[in-house]
Amino acid sequence: MLATVAGFIVADRFGSVGMSVRLPFKLGLDLVGGTHLIYEGDLSTTASEDRDDAMNAVRSVIERRVNAFGVAEPLVQVAGDSRLIVELAGISDISAAVQEIGLTPFLEFRERNPDYIVPENEQDIDMNAAFAPTGLSGKHLKKSQILFDPQSNIPQIALEFNAEGAALFAEITKRNVGRAVAIFLDGSPISAPVVNQEITSGEAVITGQYSIEEAKELSQRLNSGALPVPIKLISQQNVGPTLGQASLHKSIISGLIGFIFVALFMIFYYRLPGFFSVIALSIYIAISLAIFKLVGVTMTLAGITGFILSVGMAVDANILVFERLKEELRLDKPRSKALEEAFKRAWSAIRDSNVSTLITVFILGYFGSSLVRGFAITLGIGIFVSMFTALTVTRTFLQLQNNLKEKANV
Amino acid sequence: MFSVIKNAKIWFLISGLLVAASIVSVSIWGLRLGIDFHGGTLREIEFAAQRSASEIRDGLDAAGFIAQVQEVGERSVIIKTEPLTTEEQTRLTSALREKFGDFQEHRFESIGPAIGRELLNRAYWQILLVSLGIVFYVSYSFRKINANAKHFKISPWKLGFATIIALLHDLTIPLGVFAILGHFRGVELDSLFVTALLTILGFSVHDTIVVFDRIRESTLKMPEKNLSEIIDLSVLSTMTRSINTSSTLVFIMFSSLLFGGNTIFYFVLALLIGVIAGTYSSIFIASPILYLWRKR
Repeated sequence: MLATVAGFIVADRFGSVGMSVRLPFKLGLDLVGGTHLIYEGDLSTTASEDRDDAMNAVRSVIERRVNAFGVAEPLVQVAGDSRLIVELAGISDISAAVQEIGLTPFLEFRERNPDYIVPENEQDIDMNAAFAPTGLSGKHLKKSQILFDPQSNIPQIALEFNAEGAALFAEITKRNVGRAVAIFLDGSPISAPVVNQEITSGEAVITGQYSIEEAKELSQRLNSGALPVPIKLISQQNVGPTLGQASLHKSIISGLIGFIFVALFMIFYYRLPGFFSVIALSIYIAISLAIFKLVGVTMTLAGITGFILSVGMAVDANILVFERLKEELRLDKPRSKALEEAFKRAWSAIRDSNVSTLITVFILGYFGSSLVRGFAITLGIGIFVSMFTALTVTRTFLQLQNNLKEKANV
Repeated sequence: MFSVIKNAKIWFLISGLLVAASIVSVSIWGLRLGIDFHGGTLREIEFAAQRSASEIRDGLDAAGFIAQVQEVGERSVIIKTEPLTTEEQTRLTSALREKFGDFQEHRFESIGPAIGRELLNRAYWQILLVSLGIVFYVSYSFRKINANAKHFKISPWKLGFATIIALLHDLTIPLGVFAILGHFRGVELDSLFVTALLTILGFSVHDTIVVFDRIRESTLKMPEKNLSEIIDLSVLSTMTRSINTSSTLVFIMFSSLLFGGNTIFYFVLALLIGVIAGTYSSIFIASPILYLWRKR
């Protein structure tokens, strides 16, 4: 009966291992390479009740920009009151990406400033002073798209304003008939067409010497929108792909060697029960890895270290039981009774010591940075699983061995 | 028979010396905080040809950057600076390219000063919370220890207090070692070091609890014995377990130290020191404190 149970447990566990092989591990930035960016939004001019909205708007704008990079599973999330975290795993050109994210395409329509005295030399004209803001800007934009001039086939960017923008644009064009209205992008003029008549349709076209690519990029950037508040990059962590690979390789090797040491020690010191505990340990490793894959725990370097350490903790429960078993046997108790006592008495120590580690893990996971959280999660899962395997699996084997012995004696 | 209680003075002396040496090194040299905590930039780059640290330092100096340069491996260096703006970073990168030829950037970190201070604050809080959490849990979990065997005069709060002393002991020694490493080898403390400290707290109390658990059991089973006998017996009967468990951890960590790579070397080293200190304190510090406290 017990044999069946043991067989079932083992088969079941190995079953889940087989399943997990088909699922890939989720590897963290430090293992596949990529970048972790923290931005801070400047909310000093935003009313406190609008701050959450502003940060969420920043997030969706950045998300749209990031999605254009074609990185698998980019992460963009608001952290705290004014922070935005962006993670791009496996990206090749990090500095270009950072530049693209930080861009604040600021589109602005300006009209002639009547106070500006045009200098004689045309080269000296200061466009920024010559044209005054009208209040019409990129935030009034509904959408933009590329058009081709029907005659010259030169790409142009068509703009469509929202209701408020359309009204503003009509007003501006009305009072500037016969004069130039300049379109500024990021503070520099890109074109200054002369208005022929009032435009009420809420549509405008930017013409310029653009290549198709440039026009497409500009239109995309305008569509992804301007940021509602300025942002500043306050922290950046990049890991090159080769370093990540090397780290992954090294931690797997060191984990394997550590495991072999522990296995040899347990078998050498505790003999047959030690061998059982090594089997329990292997099952423990298989279950934990399966959980990491199923739950989708992101494996980081610190996370793998946490897991390797949890192997040490998993052994502890067995050592506690075995030492206790030796003591009980020394008291000349029958083996089956001693076995039962050993597990019963070791339990309170196993429980209390693991709970205290779980307290640590919880606080690490709750307050830690993403790096630290990876460590806490793997260690925490490891503790739960190890309490299970060290007790049930080892116990099943020991009882099984005991039953066989008793049968042989009869 | 081996006795922790009778020789308590020796154990305390050994620990006291180590703790005192740690406190002295921390107060003389201070702790060297990495860019995680005070802000700055760090990059690990690999050149096509070998470059010396001083050559790069001088080159950057000429370009107007004060940098710490450290050689790692054959053609790689780690360059650290104060916090830089994005423009300054670009300038530094192009200055490096111009002077020393093309390179591959393996790692780059840039942390603003504000975020560094925040992380440091958070680290203090974490350590405090973990310690408090553990003490309360120990006191709670052993709340009945006095009810069954009053004459031993062990209260749950005494157990909590003894745990705290052991924890402080286990934190101080790695801090001392890293103050020395920081002074002589330029080793800096980062967020991983704080993680190591917190993990040490967890491990250390793990060991202490196993001993206390045995003391609790012994007080019930052998009420006729006196406290020093109970403590000695409990420590002795859990000692093999403590040493075996710590040995397996030490095996694993040695393997990580030797084969695990540079990135986690000092993280694992801090853990290793902490685990050894923790095993020692759970056997030789936490339990004798219980006995000494009873005498007063």
